[in-house]
Amino acid sequence: MHRYQAGAADRRAMLDAIGVGSVEELFASIPERLRLADLPLPVGASEDEVRREFWGYALRNVTPDCAASFMGAGVYRHTVPAVADALVQRGEFFTAYTPYQPEVSQGTLQAIFEFQTFVCQLTEQDVANASLYDGATAVVEAVLLAHRVAGARGRVVVAASLHPDTRRVLDTYCAAQGIEVTTVPWDRAGRVDREALARAVGADVCAVVVQSPNVFGVVEPLPVVAELARGCGALAIQAVAEATSLGLLVPGGRYGFDVVCGDLQAFGVPASFGGPHVGFLATKQQHVRQMPGRLVGETVDRCGRRAYVLTLATREQHIRRAKATSNICTNHGLMALYVTIVLSLLGKRGVRELALASHSLAEFVKAGVRSSAKLTLAFPDGPTYNEFLLRHDDPEGVLARLRQEGILAGVASTRLSPDLPPGILVAVTEQNTREECVRLLQALERVS
Amino acid sequence: MTGHDTRAKEGLIFERSSPGRVGYQLPRLEVPLVDPAATLGEAARGEIEDLPEVSEVDVVRHFTRLSKWNYSLDEGLYPLGSCTMKYNPRINEELARLPGLAHLHPLQPEDQVQGALALMWELEQALVAITGMARVTLQPAAGAHGELTGMLMIRKALEARGERRRVVLVPDSAHGTNPASAVFAGFEVVELASTAEGTLDMEAVRRAVAEGGVAALMATVPNTLGVFEPAIAEVAKILHDAGAFLYLDGANLNAFVGVASPGAMGADALHINLHKTFSTPHGGGGPGAGPVAVSAALEPFLPVPTVERQGDRFVLAYDRPASIGKVRGFYGNFAMLVRALAYIRSLGRDGLRSMAEGAVLAANYLRKGLEGDYHLPYRGASLHEVVFDDSRQKAFGVTNIDIAKRLLDYGFHAPTMSFPLIVHGAMMIEPTESFGVDELDAFVRAMREIAREARETPEVVKQAPVTTPVARLDEVRAARSPILRWRR
Amino acid sequence: MAEPNDRLYSESHEWVRIEGTTATVGITQYAQEQLGDVVFVELPAVGRGVAKGEAIGTIESVKAVSELFSPVAGTVSAVNAELESRPELVNQDPYGGGWLVRLEVAAGAAEGLMDAAAYERFVAEEGAH
Repeated sequence: MHRYQAGAADRRAMLDAIGVGSVEELFASIPERLRLADLPLPVGASEDEVRREFWGYALRNVTPDCAASFMGAGVYRHTVPAVADALVQRGEFFTAYTPYQPEVSQGTLQAIFEFQTFVCQLTEQDVANASLYDGATAVVEAVLLAHRVAGARGRVVVAASLHPDTRRVLDTYCAAQGIEVTTVPWDRAGRVDREALARAVGADVCAVVVQSPNVFGVVEPLPVVAELARGCGALAIQAVAEATSLGLLVPGGRYGFDVVCGDLQAFGVPASFGGPHVGFLATKQQHVRQMPGRLVGETVDRCGRRAYVLTLATREQHIRRAKATSNICTNHGLMALYVTIVLSLLGKRGVRELALASHSLAEFVKAGVRSSAKLTLAFPDGPTYNEFLLRHDDPEGVLARLRQEGILAGVASTRLSPDLPPGILVAVTEQNTREECVRLLQALERVS
Repeated sequence: MTGHDTRAKEGLIFERSSPGRVGYQLPRLEVPLVDPAATLGEAARGEIEDLPEVSEVDVVRHFTRLSKWNYSLDEGLYPLGSCTMKYNPRINEELARLPGLAHLHPLQPEDQVQGALALMWELEQALVAITGMARVTLQPAAGAHGELTGMLMIRKALEARGERRRVVLVPDSAHGTNPASAVFAGFEVVELASTAEGTLDMEAVRRAVAEGGVAALMATVPNTLGVFEPAIAEVAKILHDAGAFLYLDGANLNAFVGVASPGAMGADALHINLHKTFSTPHGGGGPGAGPVAVSAALEPFLPVPTVERQGDRFVLAYDRPASIGKVRGFYGNFAMLVRALAYIRSLGRDGLRSMAEGAVLAANYLRKGLEGDYHLPYRGASLHEVVFDDSRQKAFGVTNIDIAKRLLDYGFHAPTMSFPLIVHGAMMIEPTESFGVDELDAFVRAMREIAREARETPEVVKQAPVTTPVARLDEVRAARSPILRWRR
Repeated sequence: MAEPNDRLYSESHEWVRIEGTTATVGITQYAQEQLGDVVFVELPAVGRGVAKGEAIGTIESVKAVSELFSPVAGTVSAVNAELESRPELVNQDPYGGGWLVRLEVAAGAAEGLMDAAAYERFVAEEGAH
């Protein structure tokens, strides 16, 4: 008998009550030829044996903690408050089910309501959902929302400065639904080319998508994009990969963007080799019934007490089925709770201080690059938040050399896509010390 | 209710805010503070006015109190059919949090992440062994995401043959994500009516396939009534003979791991809910993971990258020209993959087999205990779940919803309500293998009490719940005038 | 429960009352009972041409969505704007204040629909299943 299962006496009692001699009789409905002869796996292991195996995996990795890390490109290393993990480890939160019975799920529901509020505050939008899987699928859901709202328009215009992985995922989904994707290149400053964008939009466009800060870390001209989208009757969508940037940069909501979406991973969510992170999507009131994902709303119970409940569920797959706004069921609820806790801890001052510190350290490194004769910024005229592209013809080579000195200098742009100018994407956060920044600059100088 | 009642006073975190309170401290900044107006111009943003100002203590108290309003699996039975609410082992939580796993950046060079890749490779091998299929993609973030991934692969496979088939057959008993995912993948859904036994109607399947244009059929095995589809292998043959594919929804895999092989059933794609069968926690609504096992026919279309073994090295392989591409950023919900593999190791081949046996035993035990008081709309042999309906209680004006709410008063979570759609007033019960007869007996006693109350004092059931932190909510108000955020 | 005699009924539980070339459409008492409390109604755009039996909108309750099928062919001339703020009118007054859509129709548009008595029998049969 296994420690996670019932025991022999339990089984005996159940078999007797059911009136069969063995469990095998209960599988009689499964034809013989569909049976597994055996399961070619090892026998069950103790916790200690499992630990040994998994420490083995862990020790065969090198974590960024062992180096000065400047890696970004969609996953960012910011402060991780100890309280956040301690609270999500409460069994009442992490072993709870989706809150379909609200009377016994007010903890989960109120936390999601707070999450939705935080996202609206960060994005200056009217409504936000209870989370999506990640930033890439959030962008997809935003485009599909626009496609539904804009009726028969079958084209979406996308800046080439979108993270290539996000673009790849968008392509996969759009191909299935017959949505055409047009790409607009970046200009010399690393921002979406305004003239090209103006030429690309038209009456058949349902959405215009920019990421800001974009894959180069450059801040896009959101007001211009909003206006061009509005001008052709398309929805404007802002994707956000570095969520802490919302602490220092005016969000698309302020400029009338229909959707601000992306990933909140940067707010202390562990990198975990790529997942789970936290997708978010926030939009205007008028689009609320087209939103994908769960929504928590406020109401009262029979005694007049304020309480929270899943609402507008007729959008969702379990009711609308083939006509649902999305197929999403399980989302990333616990990660949303985690981010809610982090944002509560940071609060009004912390969200800004965190962003300003990251920005200041990044500017410090950029200044060092600018004053160096050997190092070049790919987009010197593009304003950035905490990430920028260092121009280099052999980024992988440079990264390999710096790795030997205990520096993870960034991510090679060529690793993301051969279409990006070759170089190193350097991300700086409040986790980097001045000493690390200086060491980075000196090492880069030496190696270039 | 637990502990002292702080309910009346606990508000939203925003309502706890007090100017000047801080809940954090950042590392000391040793470089000059930049004036963002100078670097970012008009794009610079000031403080966000309505974000709360609370101390760390406030945050701990707030969320601790919130947690006490939740029922959770740690506390007791969650007999939710199709959700497989089984114990979430703590060793899995410990291992997923190892810095050597949790702190890895997905874009670190491969030689720095060999352990992570090895882990993913091992999980794929284990799932291949369990499903009897050719390969498994670990990319999808949830079951529905896996469904979409599987359907996209099927679409691509047809395109590769130069075929464009629009139709996907879905039984009326299917989970809503099935038709939703098929539509997302660009297909049209044709719903097939189930037989009187609640199973796939073979004649209807043959007719629909013969009409042409069918890309695939999506089936759940065992089906959403907990009954094994007796002719599933024949369905596969009909589909394959017509050049179509069989998609299996693996939500009910807990019923037959180590006992039966989806590969042998003829499945072309099968998603696996790691947050169901393989114990990763539900988290109040995710995150989960939905790996998809595929047959050799669909292998060329797997999402990239896959993890490949080359000697004693592991690599992320992108060289798959017919791949559907990517369905999400990076490689998968890695932290959930860690948990699932730890579970598989903890159980092993013996434990996995006893898992399925225990699940089927417990469901049948509950069926036996409840069939005296509740109506069984379908009487086929139950595997890991059983569906009752409220028809006997309806005679007294008591519905399945009322029964669900009254169960909360007895300290249990309700079963799955109103699903599958082919049963009016459905109550789908899946206890899983995690509980002993003491917990199961307590549940049966509660359900019997409620059946008695329905007969003798139905108002008591209709007024429930009365012992929970809140009573029944005005869901109509929530939908008519949605308030979806706090405002000052 | 007697259905109003001044109108005709469809098998998908819509009613239509035709006066001259104007047809007013709503859902029946039975339909609103089945649906439960209506929380939202989605109605077609004015000016849209509609075929008989075409889905022209949706009526949502908390737990279900019902499609609205036009019992007649015609052009949408008006929709009940009050339902935006008071969707409960569909429940409270399905044959009056809870009307949904008005269409301009041609002669003979009401062919193939049931009268009140036929509809009552239809509902009784459906309820027996």
